Amino acid sequence: MNSVRLFLVLGLAYLAVFLQAAFTAPQRWLGAPLSLLPALMVCTALRLDLTAVALLALCGGLWRDALSANPLGASLLPLYLVGWGVWRWREALLRELDYAQLILGALASALVPVLTLVVVLSKGAEPDLGWHTAWQLVVLTVSGGVFTPVLFRLLERLERLFAHPEVVASSYRPDREIKRGRY
Amino acid sequence: MFKRPQWVAFGAVALVGLVLLNLPDQLAARLKIALGALFLPLFGLVGSAQHLAAETARTFTPRAELGRQLEALRRENQRLQLELARAREALEENQRLRQLLGWTRASPWKTRVCTVLARDPEAWWRALHIDAGARDGLRPGLPVVTPEGLVGRVDRVAHATAEVVLVGDPRCRVAVVVRETGETGVLTTHSAGVLDHRLVDLTHLPRNLAVRPGQSVFTSGLGGVFPPGLPVGTVVDTRSVGYGLYAEARVKLHADPARLREVIVLLP
Repeated sequence: MNSVRLFLVLGLAYLAVFLQAAFTAPQRWLGAPLSLLPALMVCTALRLDLTAVALLALCGGLWRDALSANPLGASLLPLYLVGWGVWRWREALLRELDYAQLILGALASALVPVLTLVVVLSKGAEPDLGWHTAWQLVVLTVSGGVFTPVLFRLLERLERLFAHPEVVASSYRPDREIKRGRY
Repeated sequence: MFKRPQWVAFGAVALVGLVLLNLPDQLAARLKIALGALFLPLFGLVGSAQHLAAETARTFTPRAELGRQLEALRRENQRLQLELARAREALEENQRLRQLLGWTRASPWKTRVCTVLARDPEAWWRALHIDAGARDGLRPGLPVVTPEGLVGRVDRVAHATAEVVLVGDPRCRVAVVVRETGETGVLTTHSAGVLDHRLVDLTHLPRNLAVRPGQSVFTSGLGGVFPPGLPVGTVVDTRSVGYGLYAEARVKLHADPARLREVIVLLP
C-alpha cells in the first residue's frame, strides 16, 4: 500500500508541474501561476513517511526546474525543508482539520518560493523581481492554502480506490446462536 | 532530537541539490532538456486535444457563418495582395537604391511558425517552450515575433523543443527606438506592474525627453540580436528618474505574452 501511495503522490506531482506549465489562465487572471507542489508536499508530509517527502522533493523539484529557468536543483532543498518541518511536527498538528491544513498549505506555499528565490539569487541569476513579486507571493500563499485541503481529500479518495475494501465486522456471534430442535 | 534516518534523508537531498546546482552549465542544460522531455507526451496530448476541439467547433459552425467568414477572408486576401504588390515594389526599389549606393544587401529572414507548448512554471521568469528545436534549424539568440510584434528571443535549444525568453525578462534586453522622436533606449523588465504583464520599462533615455504617450517603439537593431524595424509596443507614460539625470518610459507591448499560442521564429 505504501508504494501505491508513493506512486500516487509522485504522479500527482508530475501532473501538478505539467498543469502549472501548460495552463496560463491563472497567470492571465491573477498575475501569477498557481503552484500545487507545496500543497502536495504538506499532504505528503502529513500522511506519508520521510522517504516519500524526500522523493517528492527530488522528483517534484527536478521536474519543476527542468521546465523553468531556475538553476537545476534550486527547488529541491526548499521543498524538502518545508516537507521535513511538517513531517517532524505532524504529531503536534491537528492534521485532520481543514483549518490546520489550510494554514499549513498557505505557509508552505509562501515559504517554498521565497527559499527558492534565495537559492536562485545566491547562484547569481537575475530573476524578474519587483512589487509584482509581492502580489505573486500573496496569490501563491492564498491558492496554496485553498488547495491543500482539496488535495488532502483527493489523495484520500485515490488511496481508497487502490486499497482493499475494509472488512465490515459482522454482528453475528456464533456463541449466541439459538439452536432449535432436539438436542 | 534528530534521529539518524532524518539526517540521512536530509543529507541525501542536500547532496543531490548541491551537486546539481554546481554542475557545469552545459551538463545542467542537457539534464534539464532530458528531464523536460518527460513532459513531451502530455504536451502532445494537450495539443491534439486542442486541435480536436477546434475541429469539432468548426464542424458545428453554421453554414451561413462560414460563408460570412469566407467572404471576409476573400476581402482581406484582396487587400493583402495589393499590399504585397506595393511591398514588392518597395523592396525592388530598395534593392536598386542599395546597389546604386553600394550598400551590402540585407539578407531576408526565413520564418518558422511554432506552437507554444508551455510557460515557465515560476512566477519570476518570463519564458515559454515551443515545439521546434535544433532539428528545425533553431539556435540561441534568434528573434521570436508574432504578427503583432516582437515577443523575445530563443534561449536554450533542445532537439525538438526550445525555450524562448520573453521581452520583459531580465535575460532579454532589447535595444529599441521611438519612431516619432528617434530616441533610443533599452527595454527591460517592469518593476512596478502587478497585474499588467504587457508593461515593460524603456530605460537609458536622455534627460531632455521628447517621448510622449502613444508613440510607437520599434527595435533599433543595435546589439545585433534583433533586426531593426520590428514593432514592439506603444509608450504609455514617461517619468524622470535618478534626480532628473535621466528618463524612463513605460511601454505596453503589442504582443500579449500570456495569450501566445503560436509564435514565429526568424531564421537567418
